[in-house]
Amino acid sequence: MRELEYPFDGNYIIKKKKALRRQLLSEEGVRFTPLRIAILGGETTNDIKNVMELFLLNNKIQPEFYESEYNRYYEDAMFPNEELESFKPELIFFCTCNRNIAEFPEIGDSKEVVDNKLQGTFEKFQTMWDHVSATYNCPIIQNNFEPPMFRLMGNRDSWDIHGRTNFINRLNQLFAEYAASHENFYIHDINYEASVIGLSNWSDSSYWHMYKYGVSVPAIPFFSFNVANIIKSIMGKNKKVLMLDMDNTLWGGVIGDDGADNIEIGQETAMSQVYSEFQSYVKSLKSLGVLLTVNSKNDHDTAVKGLERPDSILHPDDFVSMKINWDPKSRNLVDTASELNLLPESFVFADDNPAEREIIRQEVPGASVPEIGNRPEHYIEILDRSGFFETTNLSADDLKRNEMYQANAARSAAKASFQNYDDYLKSLQMNGEIQNFVPAYMARIAQLTNKSNQFNLTTKRYTQSEIEAVSANPAYIDIYGKLTDKFGDNGVVSVVIGNIRNNECHIDLWIMSCRVLKRQMENAMMDALVGECKARGLQKIVGYYYPTAKNNMVREFFAERGFNKISEDTEGNTVWEFDLTTDYTLQNTVINVNKTEDN
Amino acid sequence: MTKEEVFSRLTEVFRDVFDDESIEISESTTSADIPDWDSFEHINLILAVETEFGVKIPMGKAVTLKNVGELAETIISML
Repeated sequence: MRELEYPFDGNYIIKKKKALRRQLLSEEGVRFTPLRIAILGGETTNDIKNVMELFLLNNKIQPEFYESEYNRYYEDAMFPNEELESFKPELIFFCTCNRNIAEFPEIGDSKEVVDNKLQGTFEKFQTMWDHVSATYNCPIIQNNFEPPMFRLMGNRDSWDIHGRTNFINRLNQLFAEYAASHENFYIHDINYEASVIGLSNWSDSSYWHMYKYGVSVPAIPFFSFNVANIIKSIMGKNKKVLMLDMDNTLWGGVIGDDGADNIEIGQETAMSQVYSEFQSYVKSLKSLGVLLTVNSKNDHDTAVKGLERPDSILHPDDFVSMKINWDPKSRNLVDTASELNLLPESFVFADDNPAEREIIRQEVPGASVPEIGNRPEHYIEILDRSGFFETTNLSADDLKRNEMYQANAARSAAKASFQNYDDYLKSLQMNGEIQNFVPAYMARIAQLTNKSNQFNLTTKRYTQSEIEAVSANPAYIDIYGKLTDKFGDNGVVSVVIGNIRNNECHIDLWIMSCRVLKRQMENAMMDALVGECKARGLQKIVGYYYPTAKNNMVREFFAERGFNKISEDTEGNTVWEFDLTTDYTLQNTVINVNKTEDN
Repeated sequence: MTKEEVFSRLTEVFRDVFDDESIEISESTTSADIPDWDSFEHINLILAVETEFGVKIPMGKAVTLKNVGELAETIISML
């Protein structure tokens, strides 16, 4: 559910929690795993529980809760408790905060007294954990402590043994050591979470004084989300695969247009450093056993060169699967899943392009599609805080999982086909503006003729003044196409220039930006071209394809538009004809062309 | 913002928080009139009201409000 995916609107979740719960429980065909969770709190836990339930349901876990009375966590854990015993908890969550620390150091305390207070506080918890795990033999999640709200000595508080900051940090270290030496015991790191959202946002004391919440109510969704992530990880519901786009996700720029030498990766520019840092993060995920795959709309041989650069941190052999082609990405994801013998819901799909994210959301339910946005400096933060790969157990198998799957991937698998790609395109609500050149776009059109390498039939370059000359000359047909969809304006993305000779239109230039590939924009341009040719009473259109190192993807472009091949020379240059004297059926069925929003 | 506007937006907040589209509120509405309005839901209600109107209701006020009319007046005084 989108509302429950990071980054979420916490206040919205709190306000709508009843409606969200209803929605989650009414989804058809979802099989929930039941789980009995005992929350033993040193603070009020009511909303922590309610919001946690939403995040667990979203992970297909249906919790049943036992909740201790306010601040009865110790008593519930240590003393015979029929109600808790008959509840038979399958997981126990100790929800405590620094308000539960009974004895902080006083300024006059000797070192021995401070150490005794530290040990005393820790032992109270340790005894409780030992007792509970012997009694209930189930996983335990324990909050560590958030930093104190005030620092009596200011900065000295951090290192002086009398400082609360110092005391809490030492206590957290003892908790960590216990976790490191005990199976089935997990720390919920509220110390880190409080720093992420800011201590003032985390510990608003009015919530403590009014309702005995150690964590501010607006911070509860963030808190509960993180506990739910630990639980779903314990329950084996982590994601397993990170599937990555390439252009503007793994590096800056479009490798098909810019070339491997000119993409942004490495240490030369600020942007290339950002992408390098992201690649390092991704590579670290691999060391945790996360499988890496590529899903990119590109020419395979061209795109792989980006990963073969010496300064690329990720290399082709870091990936267990690479789908680099012009197929819909949803199909690539499903194919990859079946090759790896995994379910699509094990996948996290990272792509800077919102339209690609949307197609995965619509076509591959269950796959996670984080809103990583299009600012690469935020990719790590969003992926990391989403908790897809929350690690509760790190086994030897995890560490070598990539090798296992690399072998699996070698097996081919059946391809799934989608019947409803057109429906997806329609859902994008695309509006095309397809017209003769206008002064406002002359510069952009000239730029596009110089930047486009992949979707470029003739690779003819124009200066702005040449574009203006073409536009002014009645012997030319000049058409530009601009595409808007529900995610925004893609700008001018396609240009066609035809030269009229002897009642024939000879295509000098046909280009399109790859970002709108497979959206039927090429069809809409064809429709506009045919319309204008017919209006001028022309007999045929003659198309030319001149192969280059980069434009292989449009080798069959004219055939797909209904042209007949007339000739081909030894270099692969082809000439095509389209007959204008017969009836023409519009090829674009999904883009609204030249309609204002009012229509 | 007029009192009518405040009440109309408050009604939506109440309906969201208590997940009940039939809720109608008036100046004299109190927690006794809405079955789910206990002290836990009161916290959520106050937070939702604060978010809706972009105000922060002082702690002293939040725990002493007598009825919805007083809540509305508090909001108006802070806008």
